[in-house]
Amino acid sequence: MYDRGKIVTGIVIGLLLFLFPVFYNVGRAAKEPDPLLTDKAKQAKECIEPKAVMTSEHMKILDEWRQTVVRDNMRDYKSTNGKTYYKSLQLTCMDCHSNKTKFCDQCHNYMAVAPYCWDCHIAPKENG
Amino acid sequence: MMAMDRRQFLKIAGLSALLGLGGKTAFQWLAPGEAEATLQQAPMIAGKKWGMALDLNLLDEEIMSKCIQACHSYYNVPNIGNPKEELKWIWKETYEHSFPGQENEFLAEKFHGRHFLLLCNHCTNPPCCRACPTKATWKREDGIVMMDMHRCIGCRFCMAACPFGARSFNWGDPRLAPKALNPNFPTNPEMPTRSKGVVEKCQFCAERLAKGQMPACVEAANKIKPNAMVFGDLDVSDSNIRKLLRSRYSIRRKPELGTGPNVYYIL
Repeated sequence: MYDRGKIVTGIVIGLLLFLFPVFYNVGRAAKEPDPLLTDKAKQAKECIEPKAVMTSEHMKILDEWRQTVVRDNMRDYKSTNGKTYYKSLQLTCMDCHSNKTKFCDQCHNYMAVAPYCWDCHIAPKENG
Repeated sequence: MMAMDRRQFLKIAGLSALLGLGGKTAFQWLAPGEAEATLQQAPMIAGKKWGMALDLNLLDEEIMSKCIQACHSYYNVPNIGNPKEELKWIWKETYEHSFPGQENEFLAEKFHGRHFLLLCNHCTNPPCCRACPTKATWKREDGIVMMDMHRCIGCRFCMAACPFGARSFNWGDPRLAPKALNPNFPTNPEMPTRSKGVVEKCQFCAERLAKGQMPACVEAANKIKPNAMVFGDLDVSDSNIRKLLRSRYSIRRKPELGTGPNVYYIL
């Protein structure tokens, strides 16, 4: 093999560059997300569905809401807990979860998802 | 084999034509209504048909400004300050620009220099909805030509299709509109803004109607002059708007285009 030295060095440098993010981040695991409930949310005790459902399904619920509200003009959500809620991210969800940066953004940033809800929908003002 | 003679040919051609004529009837018998619906692209109107009547004897410049302000502050429609990027749901225009083709040199004096209040006509046969490739705008069963901002891809076909200039495009993020012109933007924290790259327009206050409220402009106008603007169901013969239209002469914008505007102007 001609130029063995150059090729092997090249491969080693390439591998090092490729694996750089792994070495760089060793022992520096991102902080686990810790969504914080506001006092109002704590007092309410329950969301529109049980916590486990909300954690895994909230994006599907919101997607269904926006479809049925805008396209079918059906604005009430019948929950499995028997209550009826007004389908609105801005008025219903954010009424309790008024701390977007400490609630929504916690997991969204950790999972590197960027929902574009907030391009249009207005998040409540947060102090501090 | 013998070649077909003229007589035979005519017999077969005649029979085929008869069968062909019967074809449509057979289709209706097999799938009633479907043929017409697909042929005409009929609008989805079932029973209700929202409409508006504006009494121009009662609407003066001040009331019209109040209407615009009520609408634009309720829906967070910013003032961009550049007419090329203007966002408008309801706006003022001169007679010549409102009713082109109707202008003449002997126009009644009361229309000289005055403005008319224009908005989306929520047409019976809306060309914008046919142009939209994603069904982001469509005609609801109650007659409202609705927008779904979640689906709009910003192609602006609807703007090209609308003969009334009722649609505006967000060339930039509306939240970055000049602060000097929009000191308290967003003015209504209960409603969303729009994002860069979507088309917006009047929605006849669909979510206010769902709550049993009148459209914001109608409410603002009638607070100053009752009955300056009347909103109602054109499909119900004893509704307020139908009673008004029965008793007064009204015109619509560009009716010759066949879009069937549902906003009436009482002169």
